[in-house]
Amino acid sequence: MLESIPKAESGAEARAARVIDISRLSLTFETSDGPVEALSGIDLSIERGEFVSLIGPSGCGKTTLLRVIADLETPTSGKVIINGLTPSEARLERAYGYVFQAPALYPWRTIARNIALPLEIMGFSKEERKERVQRNLDLVNLSGFERRFPWQLSGGMQQRASIARALAFDPDLLLMDEPFGALDEIVRDKLNEQLLQLWNKTRKTVVFVTHSIPEAVFLSTRIVVMSPRPGRIHDVIECGFARDRTLEVRETRQFLEIANRVRHGLREGHSYVD
Amino acid sequence: MSTERGAPRLLQRLSAGNAFPIFVVVFFILIIWYVAAFFMNLDLQRDAFANADQAYSTSDLVEGTMSQDRPRLPAPHQIAAEIDKTVFELSPSSKRSLVYHGAVTLEATLLGFAIGSALGMLLAVMIVHAASLERSLMPWIIASQTIPIIALAPMIVVIMNQFDVTGIVPKATISAYLSFFPVTVGMVKGLRSPDPLQLDLMRTYSATRFQTFFKLRAPASVPFLFASLKVAVAASLVGAVVAEMTKSEDGGFGARLLAGSYYGQTIQIWAALFAAAFCAAMLVMLVGMVDRAVSKRMGYVR
Repeated sequence: MLESIPKAESGAEARAARVIDISRLSLTFETSDGPVEALSGIDLSIERGEFVSLIGPSGCGKTTLLRVIADLETPTSGKVIINGLTPSEARLERAYGYVFQAPALYPWRTIARNIALPLEIMGFSKEERKERVQRNLDLVNLSGFERRFPWQLSGGMQQRASIARALAFDPDLLLMDEPFGALDEIVRDKLNEQLLQLWNKTRKTVVFVTHSIPEAVFLSTRIVVMSPRPGRIHDVIECGFARDRTLEVRETRQFLEIANRVRHGLREGHSYVD
Repeated sequence: MSTERGAPRLLQRLSAGNAFPIFVVVFFILIIWYVAAFFMNLDLQRDAFANADQAYSTSDLVEGTMSQDRPRLPAPHQIAAEIDKTVFELSPSSKRSLVYHGAVTLEATLLGFAIGSALGMLLAVMIVHAASLERSLMPWIIASQTIPIIALAPMIVVIMNQFDVTGIVPKATISAYLSFFPVTVGMVKGLRSPDPLQLDLMRTYSATRFQTFFKLRAPASVPFLFASLKVAVAASLVGAVVAEMTKSEDGGFGARLLAGSYYGQTIQIWAALFAAAFCAAMLVMLVGMVDRAVSKRMGYVR
């Protein structure tokens, strides 16, 4: 079942508000076992300030879709527009910050110097780097750990440092690929709450890949349910929770209803029999 | 964990440190060495007694085999005495002083090590950045190490002599020839060690190749580089010693080994061997100390 997203009214205003516009996107990987259709007929547009989750079973192409947006993969066909630019132009413009599944901190750099890494590459002055590192450390509650090395921090703290690193150069768009996948439930809850506060505070646009239903429902303004073989969009679900919601929202009826709809969507899109 | 009794605790503490295991190994080597020296020098000693028409007891035999002038295998204490004489008693400027010869060898070793490491790193950087260079250079680099250095060394000396390059440079060249290889191999591995995620990160920043090299590949290669440098510094010394056997007029451990073998001075040979091994160990230790200091600064030491 293929469902295209209702497009916002065209016009200069709508276009300015649109951060990501994807139409008829397909991507086929050439492997030694023949071609694998990773993404097929993807239509998706994301407005400024949205928090969009891509959810689906493994192999549904959700990470690949994020990597296409980041210009880390090149689509076989279709059109991707980021801020009115092609993905590679947008990457050169440093339009987005990317958070990977693993923290990918450089082990020879202290936490502060890891966060300063993009700033060094982008040529920020020393004072500016110092100020931004401190500000983003505060933002992810890691003040006081600037001189530690990554191995001296817990997994959750490392992932927070990697979020601070992605935010350091203040991109409007944040691409997050299962950033909390490797963390335990309690840490994940806490980080979800912090991420939501961060999003509410900074008004950034977030595209967030996950395979956790509660995480997706709690964080998102919109949930994109994907199904595998080939990877496509199965359903798009709006969540209308208040921007400053807390974890308690998970006990509400509305939350459970949305979670159920996501669960059904996942089940329909994928047969677990094979 | 800790026992109440004193003796086992002492043993535990001794075996936990480095000194005790080394001491045990040295002790057994010395025993084997003395026994071997006795048997290897035995028939020489019997002949000597027979030639002198002298009656001898077993203790005479033992004593004799341990104090020959040119034994097949000198006893450890004979080598120790020779080292003591040539290192501590003779003036360092004497041509028979091992300190003098050691200085000559170390000079060539260090110059060769510097050239070899620089060349090795340069080759590695080139190989990592151009796939065509890997295909064109790597077979030659490997082939270069399959030629026995002992066969190549005289040729390098002769050819360089032809161009009026004499003195320390030909020796350092041979030393560099041996030491660049481990550095290249280790450094290539190190420069390629960043995982795809770490490389993707650089791509999301639109980092230049130059930035990716200095901010990611180079620092990631440091632990690999130091492991290679330890091998390379020892290889440099071997290269210098081999070069000195070809070019013995300048002195050095190699010249001592060569002179010793001309005149059957086995004690002198062994003394030079031990001195060379000691120097190599010191060099490796020195590189190791730099390694630890750098690793600590870079957060690799936990």
